[in-house]
Amino acid sequence: MSISQMKKSLTAKIVQEKIYNLLKQGKRLDGRSPTDMRPINIVTGLVEKADGSALASMGGTKILVGIKAEIGSPYSDRPREGSFTVNAELLPLASISFEPGPPDERGVELARVVDRSIRESKCIDLEKLCLVEGEKAYILFVDVYVLDYDGNYYDPSTIAVLAALATARIPKYEVLDGKVEKTGEYFNLQLQSLPFTTTFGIIKEKFLVDPQLEEESALDVSIIIGMDEKDNVISIQKNSPGLIPENMLEQMIDVASEKCKYTRQKFCEALNVKI
Amino acid sequence: MVKDEKLKLINEEGTRIDGRRPDELRPLKIEIGVLDKSDGSAYVELGKTKVFAAVFGPREVHPKHLALPDRAILNCRYHMASFSVDERKPLGMTRREIELSKVIREALESVVFLEEFPRTSIDVYIEVIQADGGTRTAGLTAASLALAEAGIPMADLVAAVAVGKIEGHLVLDLCDLEDKYGEADMPVAMAPRLNSIVLLQLNGRLAKEDFRRALEFAKKGITEIYQKQREALRKKYSGVSLMEV
Repeated sequence: MSISQMKKSLTAKIVQEKIYNLLKQGKRLDGRSPTDMRPINIVTGLVEKADGSALASMGGTKILVGIKAEIGSPYSDRPREGSFTVNAELLPLASISFEPGPPDERGVELARVVDRSIRESKCIDLEKLCLVEGEKAYILFVDVYVLDYDGNYYDPSTIAVLAALATARIPKYEVLDGKVEKTGEYFNLQLQSLPFTTTFGIIKEKFLVDPQLEEESALDVSIIIGMDEKDNVISIQKNSPGLIPENMLEQMIDVASEKCKYTRQKFCEALNVKI
Repeated sequence: MVKDEKLKLINEEGTRIDGRRPDELRPLKIEIGVLDKSDGSAYVELGKTKVFAAVFGPREVHPKHLALPDRAILNCRYHMASFSVDERKPLGMTRREIELSKVIREALESVVFLEEFPRTSIDVYIEVIQADGGTRTAGLTAASLALAEAGIPMADLVAAVAVGKIEGHLVLDLCDLEDKYGEADMPVAMAPRLNSIVLLQLNGRLAKEDFRRALEFAKKGITEIYQKQREALRKKYSGVSLMEV
């Protein structure tokens, strides 16, 4: 059951007025322009026990991702492929608005939106994750933890997941006499695509990217757009109540394409990789 | 999904597996007021996709602490019957249903005048009894009619449809096979009178140019559905004479 969230307090309405007035002059609360993102920082390999891990931040929002590989059975309709699943938790230490317990609808939505970008861009070669056709395959458990929440946990989550995947060292297994055993060697995933997302917030007829917390609480509506390196739109999620004027979408797609390119460039610099 | 090599979703003339043109909706059937105990209800059939929606409220909020002082809360549950899909769906809410309940609620919240009913709740239940693609959009189409029948004021009806891409062709209103084996699926819901999007999701790959055209396709389908919704409402109430009121 999905229940309405507490809506705008009076203070949020006053903040909205202030943000809107700034937007009209092309400015924002923290000095950014409407289409500026906050600084991106990526640290990989933080958790040695994980097969891949990354801590990514976008301004004050910090996301930790860990990957564990296990051996399981392939899906019956995809016998030649391994698989992955994304899970996300909004940890209570990240914000006063997050509570302990199993993921609520916000956590589920975050996991499914990140999953969508990774899956639709086909960035993981799932056929390489098959050990024995129809019997044994690698399953990657990709777990996303929101550690510190200062607005927009979507974009840094995708960055952290890709960083963890790109730097993961997966233990190699082999099947000997029907038994699955570690060989002691490792392999890399070699990503085939780098999909990133851009989160938009709309106030009246103006929009901004990467809203920080104060802005996020004052938005009329928000939407996440994901794009790959070939400029294809690969995922979209409108994730709040509200109306999006139809004529605004094309403009946002153009900005998303530019911003995802920028994120990709930052990502490649930080990890010293090429796509 | 391993696709049978011989399976062609669309032929050279642009005819789809069920004989439709790329921009053609499946047969749409709408009924209003189908469940007696609810305050408003509707049934929508889009091809083989069959969905019930019912609305209760505005009514007292349970538990009380969820009530909001300045407006109603909107509860929404999108649920698929265990037998609605090829392989029996286990009981309980899947992650997909949790996500869809959220985006459907948000779409409806965009048009309902919640501030008219402070401290109450409006509950929307959607039951998919047979799924053949486009269940969230059919559910939304039905839910907005159920809200209308319950007499809840709205800025506009919500009409929804999915667009997608199969074998390189843009198509309107994907059926299950087209969704499974196609390249992209984009559910769109609009408040047509307000020219605004209330739900938008995309799964798959669409070039920037395709996105623009896909949205045009969606609008065409939505306009048709919107017409049918209004006709159904008119038909339901045209029998009421002033004398009876």
